[in-house]
Amino acid sequence: MSIVRYTLRRALTSVPVLIGATALTFGLVHLAPGDPIDVLVGFDHVDPATRASLRAEYNLDRPLWQQYLLWVRDVATLEFGESPITGRDVGPTVAGRLPHTIALGVSAWLLSLAIGIPAGIVAAVDDGGPADEVSRIGALVGIATPNFWLGLVLLFVFGVQLGWVRVTPPDAPLASLEMAWFMVLPTITLATALAAVVTRLMRSSMRRELEREYVRGARARGLRERTVLLKHALRNSLTAVVTVAGLQIALLLDGAVVVEQVFSWPGMGQLLVESISRRDFPVVQAVVLLIAVATIVANLLVDLAYAVIDPRIRHDR
Amino acid sequence: MALLEVDDLTVQFYTEDGVVRAVDGFSYEIERGETFAIVGESGAGKSVASLSLLRLIERPGEIVDGEIRFRGRDVLGFSQDELRQFRGNDAAIAFQNPEAMLDPVYTVGEQIVETMRAHDIATGEAARDRAISLLERVDIADPESAYTDYPHELSGGMAQRAVIATALSCDPDLLILDEPTTGLDVTIQAQLLETLTDLAETFDTAIQLVTHDLGVVADCCDRALVMYAGRAVERAPVEELFYDPSHPYTAGLLASIPRIGDGRDRLPAVPGSPPDLVQVPTGCRFHPRCPYAEDVCATRDPKLVELETGNPVPDGRRPDHASACHEHTGNLEGGLDYEVRIVDDRGNDSTDSSGQDGAVSDGLDGAESDGQTDDETAPDDPETGGDHGERSR
Repeated sequence: MSIVRYTLRRALTSVPVLIGATALTFGLVHLAPGDPIDVLVGFDHVDPATRASLRAEYNLDRPLWQQYLLWVRDVATLEFGESPITGRDVGPTVAGRLPHTIALGVSAWLLSLAIGIPAGIVAAVDDGGPADEVSRIGALVGIATPNFWLGLVLLFVFGVQLGWVRVTPPDAPLASLEMAWFMVLPTITLATALAAVVTRLMRSSMRRELEREYVRGARARGLRERTVLLKHALRNSLTAVVTVAGLQIALLLDGAVVVEQVFSWPGMGQLLVESISRRDFPVVQAVVLLIAVATIVANLLVDLAYAVIDPRIRHDR
Repeated sequence: MALLEVDDLTVQFYTEDGVVRAVDGFSYEIERGETFAIVGESGAGKSVASLSLLRLIERPGEIVDGEIRFRGRDVLGFSQDELRQFRGNDAAIAFQNPEAMLDPVYTVGEQIVETMRAHDIATGEAARDRAISLLERVDIADPESAYTDYPHELSGGMAQRAVIATALSCDPDLLILDEPTTGLDVTIQAQLLETLTDLAETFDTAIQLVTHDLGVVADCCDRALVMYAGRAVERAPVEELFYDPSHPYTAGLLASIPRIGDGRDRLPAVPGSPPDLVQVPTGCRFHPRCPYAEDVCATRDPKLVELETGNPVPDGRRPDHASACHEHTGNLEGGLDYEVRIVDDRGNDSTDSSGQDGAVSDGLDGAESDGQTDDETAPDDPETGGDHGERSR
């Protein structure tokens, strides 16, 4: 099967998942207790006629499935409605926060891979030696450290005690040196646990590949040890790491919820927390949906990466 | 100076049950262009002996003693870089499981080219052309498409050929083939052997062929070494091995070859199974399975000796025919009670007791053997094709 057909096939299987995700996001708000009209009118007493007209205006008098389809139509055109709390459009509100979350997520993700993959390779090659032990202990500590605690400690030490960085984000554009400097601590906080997971996974995966016959075969052909390790064993080891690294993209958004609070980072995580406490459901809906879509896309990319790395996967079906 | 000289090679594996000597004091030589067989049952240490030549033994195994000289150079003394250049370039190997030897995520062509580049044989377009012509040389029907195939897309026979093409890519002087015909069906086996014989002649490459199949040995080998429980028990030119097997284990192996047109039920000619290498039998390692064993066999360990004189052979060299059995040092009272029956194609029968005690008796169930498996694997070997070296007991 060609890579194109494989891609199409995988993309098509994402459609039902997407439908499920939108239905859940939609249902979430309707499962929440209370009448949206109460929220709209600020829990004031209004006469039934006004209530009815408001219901009609927001299509709340229609059956649930029609409301769902209408909502899906709006969402598909990136029309998320307006927030009953702030009165602002939901779309721009979320979009304004998105770059901050992406910037933090991507830099944390890259940092964790940049640490985890080499550390895992070194540990696997060193198998049982001092470097392996150091990476084992480091990974254990990294996994066991809660990110909110790590964030607070880093802030306290480097922000309060040493005064090297600001405690809150500077008033500067996202793509500026000040901002980049400020992002160092939240990035480390968010990346630590993932780096630890990637290290362990890379090590075990590489270890398993190094036992395989083709590695001995590559040595028997007189290839350089660097080629044997980095061209042959590494590429075969990557499938497991790609799975986790891909799915971690979604987890990074979750992690951002906590880390953004600690660092007052104006991203989606902070927006989500604020909106939940304000019962600002359209915003919650939009953010949750965005996270769901990101997860689905990450999954799809993981599957495509598999097919690129391992030809057996694209030939197999 | 022979191309390859192996002296007293000893390889140990450290297992949970104890130390296993998979190869114990092995000595042999391979001349330039010669095809040399190492024969034995599975578990005898044949693969270990082959991997040792390229120092591919990994933990928990270790070469603990002996010398390997290739064109006079001390292989065990090579630096990592010398070793890398030696592997694949001077001596190349094809593993027992060919598909597993190639990396599943690169195409066959990429891996052949990569091997040539590692040894500065060819690069770019020249490397590609050479790879395709090599695939053609090993009789792959569609070399262009095999070049872009991934290992898993090839059949067993094709994978074996692709691995042999890879091994030949740097014009090695020695090609080590570990069970090249195992797992292939009989017609593919025959074709592959034909290809190999051709290649050995045109490339003037010496071959060390590891097999449990004496039919393969009869077909394409010059000399052979029979291995039992990590030891060499007999070493001889192939015709002599078939016409005059001088170790009871060799005779047993010959007797166990199945033959077409032989209606009798065959019992295993060598009863029992190879010994546990953690606790090898005392004396001769074969004595618990040997029908001719006497008291002396359980106490004294026979050395590889010259047949006539009973003198120990100097490491790895002549005489041509040597065997490790007390019979040849005169320590066996009863002697080896089997005889060779040679049947030519016209069915004429002649008996050759070949210097043994000669008395025809039935040491073992009247089991009989053939110098080679019949027509399907041995179409036209000039040495043994006309006759069937046959033993009866």
